[in-house]
Amino acid sequence: MEIQDIIKEENKVYCKPELLEEVHMHYCPGCSHGVIHKLIAEVISELGLTETTVGVSPVGCAVFAYNYIDVDWVEAAHGRAPAVATALKRLWPENTVFTYQGDGDMSAIGTAESIHAANRGENIVMVFVNNAIYGMTGGQMAPTTLVGQKTATTPYGRRVDLNGHPLEITNIMAILDGTCYVTRQAVHTPAAVRKTKAALKKAFENALAKKGTSVVEVVATCNSGWKMSPEKSNEWMAQHMFEKYPLGDLKNL
Amino acid sequence: MKEEIIIAGFGGQGVLSMGKILAYSGLMDDKEVTWMPSYGPEQRGGTANVTVILSDEKISSPVLDSYDIVIALNQQSLDKFAPKVKPGGMLIFDTNGIHNVPKRDDINIYPINAMEATLEIGNPKAYNMVVMGALLEAMPYKLPMENVIKGLKKSLPERHHGLIPLNEQAIEKGRSIIKK
Amino acid sequence: MKEEVRLMKGNEAIAHAAIRYGCDGYFGYPITPQSEVLETLEALMPWETSGMVVLQAESEVAAINMVYGGAASGKAVMTSSSSPGVSLKQEGISYLAGAMLPALVLNVMRGGPGLGTIQPSQADYFQATKGGGHGDYHLIVLAPSTVQEMVDFVGLGFDLAFKYRTPSMILADGIVGQMMEKVVLPEPRPRRTDEEVKKQCPWAANGRTDKRKRNVITSLELESSRMEEINHQLQATYREIEKNETRWEEIDVEGADYLIVAFGSIARICDKAKEMAAEKGIKVGIIRPITLWPFPTAAIEKAAEGKKGILCVELNAGQMIEDVRLAVHDRIPVEHFGRLGGIIPSPQEVVDALEKKIIRN
Repeated sequence: MEIQDIIKEENKVYCKPELLEEVHMHYCPGCSHGVIHKLIAEVISELGLTETTVGVSPVGCAVFAYNYIDVDWVEAAHGRAPAVATALKRLWPENTVFTYQGDGDMSAIGTAESIHAANRGENIVMVFVNNAIYGMTGGQMAPTTLVGQKTATTPYGRRVDLNGHPLEITNIMAILDGTCYVTRQAVHTPAAVRKTKAALKKAFENALAKKGTSVVEVVATCNSGWKMSPEKSNEWMAQHMFEKYPLGDLKNL
Repeated sequence: MKEEIIIAGFGGQGVLSMGKILAYSGLMDDKEVTWMPSYGPEQRGGTANVTVILSDEKISSPVLDSYDIVIALNQQSLDKFAPKVKPGGMLIFDTNGIHNVPKRDDINIYPINAMEATLEIGNPKAYNMVVMGALLEAMPYKLPMENVIKGLKKSLPERHHGLIPLNEQAIEKGRSIIKK
Repeated sequence: MKEEVRLMKGNEAIAHAAIRYGCDGYFGYPITPQSEVLETLEALMPWETSGMVVLQAESEVAAINMVYGGAASGKAVMTSSSSPGVSLKQEGISYLAGAMLPALVLNVMRGGPGLGTIQPSQADYFQATKGGGHGDYHLIVLAPSTVQEMVDFVGLGFDLAFKYRTPSMILADGIVGQMMEKVVLPEPRPRRTDEEVKKQCPWAANGRTDKRKRNVITSLELESSRMEEINHQLQATYREIEKNETRWEEIDVEGADYLIVAFGSIARICDKAKEMAAEKGIKVGIIRPITLWPFPTAAIEKAAEGKKGILCVELNAGQMIEDVRLAVHDRIPVEHFGRLGGIIPSPQEVVDALEKKIIRN
């Protein structure tokens, strides 16, 4: 049997999402961003939102998200994605607007913008990728870094007396009256990937229905920053991260 | 025609709004006008003053060294601005609470008892319009009353248009108390 | 609504002008002495009439980034603030310039540094004309001297911003923000429809209508050679703006012995000082730069020919004077006079300074 005999429509079990660009991603092998990008691309396609979606990319590893998903994008200053998204949505109320933010963007420099956009109930989707470290700048501490976790700026492990506590920003989002859906997911197993996709779909549907702000946190790995193999990273995440950041819906109205 | 006027007193005496009504009345009379407040952080109390210029010509500086007309509604304002009346100019001041009367013989001085006149009308809010009446009577530039009424209408929010007759009455009262 | 003559504060006039221009969105945060801009817009409720979006943001930083988002989508959007707030906006302004986005920023200057004072100042000249944020960029900087110019420069600022795809700034001061004058409000223009926005701004990120190629608004380019190219492109735009958009006003320059250079409301105080000097037989001409960037360098160089000296009058410790000195190449004396901390000089003070610093020297 030749390979041409196999590549047939009836044999197709999986394909690249239509909106995912045919380029090499700059992410490290084993990084969670690629999977999350793929899910967002699929959801936008499936909901028929290709022509009306605008994404806002952050500063951080996902700064180049605009190179991978084939919709319009605005690249925001660090932490400002929710403010940028606010205007994009208010000025084009029929468009679908989502932010893609890391832990620095969402819970350090952009805390004010994130909380206030959610508190206003902007009809946007906020995707929050929490890998408990600053990947892009070389593995420094994030607000979500666990106590004891080693990073470039906590070389002996995060200490509460020096660095304070890990920040559960998503829990804060859940208590705001402007949010309609706040959930915490992961992408380390096929089952988790399916759940995350369902969560993203619900979030985009909420935005379409103008129900308020949806926040989808994805607890993720940074195997380069954590200095582990991708496989080991997934294990470490399940063992340590989920205790502080348990998966599941925090709010679903 | 050009009248360079400063109105000075306590915040809450209606200094800024009198200036605004004066400026709007001038505008209704087809004059060029500027209204320049000295603004502070406080909403009430403290001193307040506003420079109003009415002119046939385009107005250059909204900020002045000396004035054709000074209206002083408390002692500090009187002390500060009486020396800044141009020779041949005019000083109007409310005698209420004044213990130190300026002495200049090169200007026209009009002491008025606007507070007493206001009490006679029976509405303390009309105080600034009593002062306005005195000014309109004494000012060389004769602003037609119909344009003052138009200015009042433009300056006051519509919900306060019911107060226009009271303001008119206060202006007439103010006209009657002016004497050199 | 049609053309209308009103008496209003500069700050209120900005709000009316924005609606009548067909502005799509205003994003602001209260700060004295310009809070009336946001207050007036909220009171006028333009979302009920023209459809303009008005939003009180959580900070100046958020407000300028909302402007960045709105501008990225091709809409005509603006913000306003006063000096300390405009410092906070500098990051966003740099991003707007870097991403080549049209937007309008109003600074009603107050005295600094730091929290400073709420009284008028012109001490943000350097910040407005020499960059302000990081990187090699310029804003088109318009300096209104009357409430009418506050109105007119909203339209001009937006038009130039869209023509050159660059942010522009109205650099006003507390005087012109807080004073009331007669003003002619232009006839309102309808806001552009979404289709018109898409047609006018094919580069904007507002959705891939008809499956067009995607638009990405970014100021990021890690490939140095491409980043240099982008910078060259920006500089080429700035040269075009210098060539086409330099604006200034000359008053009695011909036949004068001395020049005063002043901008904004201070130029009007100098105009009065000019009259007072004339009474003493001193012949003074005034140059009022209307665009502070691009600066009317050639006009000042030409006007300075045959003059005995120039007094720069500014509400700061001497900022624009550097550009004036560059323009005249030290051929004639150029001195500075200014008051600081929110004090407004009187016309007499300007005459005294002219006599002391220029004439008697």
